[in-house]
Amino acid sequence: MDRMTPSHSKGVNLAVSGLGRSFSGVPVLCDVHLSVEAGSICVIMGASGSGKSVLLRHLVGLETPDKGSILYNGSPFSEAITWNQIEMAIVFQQGGLLHSLDVGENIALYLRETKRLSDEEVEPLVDQAITQVGLDVVNDKHKMPSDLSGGMKKRVAIARALAIDPGIIFYDEPTGELDPVTAVAIGKEIRRVNKDHGTTSIIVTHDRDLAFGIADTITFMAQGRLTDPQTPEEIRSLSDPQTRQFLHAGSQKDYL
Amino acid sequence: MIRYTSEIVSLGLQTLRAWPEMWHHRRKVIQCFYDMANTSLLMSCVLSLFIGGVLALQSGPLLVERGLSFVVGQLVGLSMCKELAPVMMAILMAGRIGSAITAELGSMKVYQEIDALWTMKINPIHYLILPRVTAILCALPLLVLFSILVGWMGGGLVCWLNQEIGLSLQTYFSHLKAGISLQDLAQSITKSIFFAMLIGVVSCHHGLQTKGGPRSIGRSVTQSVVQSIVCILISDYAITRIFVWIE
Repeated sequence: MDRMTPSHSKGVNLAVSGLGRSFSGVPVLCDVHLSVEAGSICVIMGASGSGKSVLLRHLVGLETPDKGSILYNGSPFSEAITWNQIEMAIVFQQGGLLHSLDVGENIALYLRETKRLSDEEVEPLVDQAITQVGLDVVNDKHKMPSDLSGGMKKRVAIARALAIDPGIIFYDEPTGELDPVTAVAIGKEIRRVNKDHGTTSIIVTHDRDLAFGIADTITFMAQGRLTDPQTPEEIRSLSDPQTRQFLHAGSQKDYL
Repeated sequence: MIRYTSEIVSLGLQTLRAWPEMWHHRRKVIQCFYDMANTSLLMSCVLSLFIGGVLALQSGPLLVERGLSFVVGQLVGLSMCKELAPVMMAILMAGRIGSAITAELGSMKVYQEIDALWTMKINPIHYLILPRVTAILCALPLLVLFSILVGWMGGGLVCWLNQEIGLSLQTYFSHLKAGISLQDLAQSITKSIFFAMLIGVVSCHHGLQTKGGPRSIGRSVTQSVVQSIVCILISDYAITRIFVWIE
């Protein structure tokens, strides 16, 4: 079976409990609990500096927590990764593309270096990933990241994530630094990837339109703590003043 | 200081342990080697030619005046071979190649490229450090050999062209040959291999330790070059001491 054909069963469950982390004695994550169902889109919102990106770095194994556990399909992170029980991918805020490699080489990186596939096996998968995110194989495959716009970099990063064929994709501020039109296009792309591939998606953002446009559940982060995940409709009806302020800030009268 | 040394040693050992992976990364090793040779060869040629020339120019007239003309070739030959070529080329490499490695890895760290590698289960030590350290381990000894030959040639040209010295190239090289043994060359190559490992590991370490923005990349590059040079000079004394003890 083609490895990139839609499959709705490969999404990964994520369960975080009691996660805590301090930097130089300052607590950044305090007793974080989060549960995300396989195949769903969970958006983590919060103000700048609230600890969203730090949480994301813990979830993908770039940081080690002081306490608490992160379980993927019931297995601890290190076990799940070491024994290849799950595949995960992350789309970094700035794309995280290797600037010394062109678009095609960036997408092929995991396939060549981790999977050790031959060029003959890699090329069709790369072309497929490029096409899936709406880029052009002929024109875009050999462009360098420095020649790409912000939106294109994000698309390439998503294509690279798709080439991994992951069960879960993390997005760090996927629409940050993008104009509204491109931001909507990237949001649609995330939704489409989620539907077509059945992957679980965790999105860290403070873009309200994106969150309410594509999320199955939304959770808020403030002072290192997460609220319980709720649907966008439930969030809109919340009376909590902090949440309401976050949701409604930025109207014209706020600047007066 | 102890922590820094242990980090450097640990990175060096991890790189050595990764060597079975080298065949998979052979293209990158060749590319890095080509880049290193390309950026250093001309500079090393100019540097060595003039160092050899200056050695002959300063010592030649004095030695000839005292009837020791046969020593000029040996002095230039031994100085270039045992000390100047390995140390000067190592310092040149630390400045040109080490700084470039630190800047490249530092910017990869700052712009999350190294994080991206980790998340794709690609070990940066295998993918980034191993090819660079291997390439520098191949490039520096060859550069040192080249530098020795060019330095000898520079000394020979000065002896031949300078009327106060007035030695023919044939006489100069026959004196030089009499004073140099294969052991001297082997010591020189041994030093250069050790220096290459130091430069590679120190510059990669500083690149990987870069935190913050573009300003911290500049800081890492400066630290990398300064610490590489300090390490080269200290270890040069230690290695020379060992060679003297063995002899």
